[in-house]
Amino acid sequence: MKFTSVFDIIGPVMIGPSSSHTAGAARIGRVARDLFGRQPKWAKIHLYGSFAETYKGHGTDVALIGGLLNYDTFDERIKTAFADAEKAGLDYEFIPETANMEHPNTARLVIGDDEGEMSVVGISIGGGKIEVSEVNGFKLRLTGGMPAILVVHDDRAGCIANVANCLAMHAVNIGHMEVSRIERGLTALMVIEVDQNIEEKVLQQISLIPHISKVSKINN
Amino acid sequence: MDVLFHNVRELVERAEQEGKLISEIMIEQEMLITGRTREEIIQQMDNNLTVMEEAIERGLNGVKSVTGLTGGDAVLLQNYIAQGNSLSGDLLLDAVSKAVATNEVNAAMGTICATPTAGSAGVVPGTLFAVKNKLNPTREQMIRYLFTSGAFGFVVANNASISGAAGGCQAEVGSAAGMAAAAIVEMAGGTPQQCSEAFAITLKNMLGLVCDPVAGLVEVPCVKRNAMGAANSLVAADMALAGVTSRIPCDEVIGAMYRIGQSMSPNLKETARGGLAATPTGKAISKAIFDNGNLESIKSLQK
Repeated sequence: MKFTSVFDIIGPVMIGPSSSHTAGAARIGRVARDLFGRQPKWAKIHLYGSFAETYKGHGTDVALIGGLLNYDTFDERIKTAFADAEKAGLDYEFIPETANMEHPNTARLVIGDDEGEMSVVGISIGGGKIEVSEVNGFKLRLTGGMPAILVVHDDRAGCIANVANCLAMHAVNIGHMEVSRIERGLTALMVIEVDQNIEEKVLQQISLIPHISKVSKINN
Repeated sequence: MDVLFHNVRELVERAEQEGKLISEIMIEQEMLITGRTREEIIQQMDNNLTVMEEAIERGLNGVKSVTGLTGGDAVLLQNYIAQGNSLSGDLLLDAVSKAVATNEVNAAMGTICATPTAGSAGVVPGTLFAVKNKLNPTREQMIRYLFTSGAFGFVVANNASISGAAGGCQAEVGSAAGMAAAAIVEMAGGTPQQCSEAFAITLKNMLGLVCDPVAGLVEVPCVKRNAMGAANSLVAADMALAGVTSRIPCDEVIGAMYRIGQSMSPNLKETARGGLAATPTGKAISKAIFDNGNLESIKSLQK
């Protein structure tokens, strides 16, 4: 079931004009920032389908940048996001693409700073609801509605159990979990949706587990 | 995931068997899925209701979008109603003007509550705040109106679509109008089955509606589609309350809407490549906005 809450239907409270192209776009930008773990210094944003055709009219561009600046869907500052980005030292570029994606409202955000970069594909599925379909080339399906932990790790036996044990020790219940890898034996990505907010010390402990290279969280 | 209903048939059956309102089933399901208390859920919906009321007020005072393409029609309609000569009826026109007010605020990048989307955000609150003057509901009943709307929208969103880019305007204003019709029926004292009939009658009459926004903006024809969505929902609610039923069951109408959306050309699904967006005037407006950034030339086009 894609839509689980009545507030997916009666909501969100948002700045107009489009739930999919403005509110959804803000949420995609914000999730990308959360996954990156800090505000990026630059962003190359590829837009597909209806996003590519109509992003100017819908304020999709300001909303995506607003999201990268950590603005929520109802934040009036979305309207001034371009000027705010300049002040915050965030360079951005929009690249409308012609390729057909599975969903018509898709954005690929390549964001980064001096420390690193990240690629996030977000889709806006209607009514302001979004999904993350790819992170750094890993396919996944993250609805963005629940707190989630993303763990980049070596693809070898025991990694998943160690992370699950760590969560169990902190009484964090796993609601949904997915593991994907680009190639066998190399790097893999764990996506763990949990029932409650995750404390910073839990993430720290996970990052100390052998063969874990990166840990981030979203939607806390 | 365990839910109390997957389709309209299950929703209506549960409500009738348990002798409950549809809004009550929606509240119970929300408690079940999210684990939140009834009070928390009601409070959040109460806040959404306040946002809707404020948007209508703002729109009735007159707003203009950034492009100047939309705004001010809600005021024209209220002035016309005040003259006392309306042909289609004051309540219906009041709903139309309040739906327009909400969408004019949305087009002006104001704060609204998506119901189920921003482009279709006028229909549910517009009808609610018009019907309110006739039925004198309590605040709780007004909040219930939103849960009833939400219950039907929940079914459509999961079994079809509420996205113009995926299903055309029928999925947005069509869904919104059906949701409003069902909620009006419940508020007026109709049965859960009559809510379902009102939804079906409304959506049947919005099937095939394309999403063809001029310049890709949620302005033309979105604002007026909300007006007609509100009118459609009020008439369908009256028909259902009169005892008229839909020959095609509600869930099958939703299924038809989904398949029509899938077979609709991408040009007619929020890409601004077809329909009204592709008319000579639609293209001229788009060019004036994006090529020249010249709003004066848009104003001259409108004369």
